[in-house]
Amino acid sequence: MGASAETLTGKPAPGGKGQVRTFFRRLRNGDEIAHIFTLVFALTILLLACLLVYELYAHSAVSRHKFGWSFLLSRSWDPVLERFGALPFIYGTIVTSVIALLIAVPLGVGGAIFLAEFAPTKMSDGLTFIVELLAAVPSVIFGLLGIFIIIPIMRESVDPFLQSHFGWLPLFQGPVYGVGFLTAGVVLSIMIVPFILSISREVLLAVPAEQREAALALGATRWESTWQAVVPYARVGILGSIFLALARALGETMAVTMVIGGTPSISSSLFAPGYSIASVIADQFTEATGQAYLQSLIELGLALFVLTIILNGLARLLILATTKRGTAH
Amino acid sequence: MQYRNARRKLVNVLMLSATGICALVTVAILIAILAYLAWNGWHYLTWTFLTQLPAPVGQAGGGMGNAVVGTGKLLLIAALTGIPVGLIGGVYLAEFGGKAVGFAVRYAADLLNGVPSIVMGIFIYTVVVLPMGHFSTLAGGLALGVMLIPIVVRSTEDFMRAVPSTLLEGALALGVSRWKGVATVILPAAARGVATGILLSLARVAGETAPLLFTSFNNQYWSQGWMQPIASLPMMIYLYAISPYKNWQQEAWAAGFILLALVLLVNIGAHIILSRRQSVQRG
Repeated sequence: MGASAETLTGKPAPGGKGQVRTFFRRLRNGDEIAHIFTLVFALTILLLACLLVYELYAHSAVSRHKFGWSFLLSRSWDPVLERFGALPFIYGTIVTSVIALLIAVPLGVGGAIFLAEFAPTKMSDGLTFIVELLAAVPSVIFGLLGIFIIIPIMRESVDPFLQSHFGWLPLFQGPVYGVGFLTAGVVLSIMIVPFILSISREVLLAVPAEQREAALALGATRWESTWQAVVPYARVGILGSIFLALARALGETMAVTMVIGGTPSISSSLFAPGYSIASVIADQFTEATGQAYLQSLIELGLALFVLTIILNGLARLLILATTKRGTAH
Repeated sequence: MQYRNARRKLVNVLMLSATGICALVTVAILIAILAYLAWNGWHYLTWTFLTQLPAPVGQAGGGMGNAVVGTGKLLLIAALTGIPVGLIGGVYLAEFGGKAVGFAVRYAADLLNGVPSIVMGIFIYTVVVLPMGHFSTLAGGLALGVMLIPIVVRSTEDFMRAVPSTLLEGALALGVSRWKGVATVILPAAARGVATGILLSLARVAGETAPLLFTSFNNQYWSQGWMQPIASLPMMIYLYAISPYKNWQQEAWAAGFILLALVLLVNIGAHIILSRRQSVQRG
């Protein structure tokens, strides 16, 4: 809202009496009522966020007191002896997310560069819309496709191929099941590409045209101008889009649960089945018996929550930093 | 020199095509998904599938009528709880928001938006399911409702801010109070965008599965009321896809087809509505 509108309605003047009088005038014409009415709903949002943090914290008390910080570093996950540690799941989450990023970052950033710099506007808008549709596809549908398309492909072609050509690496040794870290990473990569692509494109479009023109005027080819003048300018924002995609990947539940295999183990092989934080919660929450078991799962949720909040905050800052700088010119 | 220029041109062409291929691959994935799902899902889609209860294991036929109704009921609760909070909260941020409170509310909405959906499930589990003692439609609907809020807040605020401030100033100059100006000038001007945003948010939560896992859970029969567990399309897709039975897996495909068609139709519709609005403004 412009400043002029504020003056018209009469901002409360500093000082006691004037303020009270303005308040009553605003109360009479309904402004103050409307203000308070909408404020209540806005504060509900604030309250919900606080309540969410409190509930996660309060309901993981048993687990936090019993295991302390060693919870994050322990490898055992034994519901019978009630010994719980998060390490296998943290490992699974990191491994699947790294695989997803390795595939999705080149694809997403490359596609964004093409759509922002080289493609004609109409084509760029059309293709971007299709990619954004991909982001709207529910997670469980990716899981469905993962089970019936990607798992067979991984089991019959990709995994044996990697094993026969790169089998000397510990990453590609051991039995092939189809389900496992690698498959989960591949499914995740398809799910996060749209985020990287559409945000990176936005960031690239916000780079001032002078950057390109100056490079081209110096005799650079289109690729040189893009790679040396545009992409460095947008670097921070692209990094932001990657962080955002990473936050998505870490918290992604259904698709990963359906293809990761479901074993609380740490294995150097990418073909091995495992668990991510989100998928172990999804898989075991309803069958968790006993306070320690349930609250350990809630503590896992708390850890996941903290991690994604930090990543999301960082991503937002980075994206804001570039798009603001871009449009300020 | 000539060699160098030739190399630069080659790199230029190579990299241009490489980025083009990246874009193409990404788009091709979506089209492959749509085609595969449409082919498989359409195949198994029948009228009885949409209207009947699931058949017992090993028995042919049966459907997901209860899941279709269940998703509708869950969305109804979500809409009744999430939309008012999101909408009016968005109005506050756009028109009445003070600096400090506005920042805090916006931050809270961003935080809720970034919460992994499974964590939202845990939240509602601790707040609703634990005190109540069992899974319920209400809990599932509330989980989806909370997820609606940040999306609706964001889109409402954006669309209201997009209305030129001169419109409100004109109304105020005629002696209208601020809230009347907002209610009769800004809101109608932003209505189409705000409504589209709400529709998009509903489409997004309609496909959420993780928050339902331990809130509304599942039910093999027609729902027995708002306080009882209920079936839903995403849950059915999940449970049937991981089941070992061939006909259940086929039903998962059909359900996936319905869900995807719903989500894509709303998204494409929203895109058309919003782009038409823009062209009217420009012209």
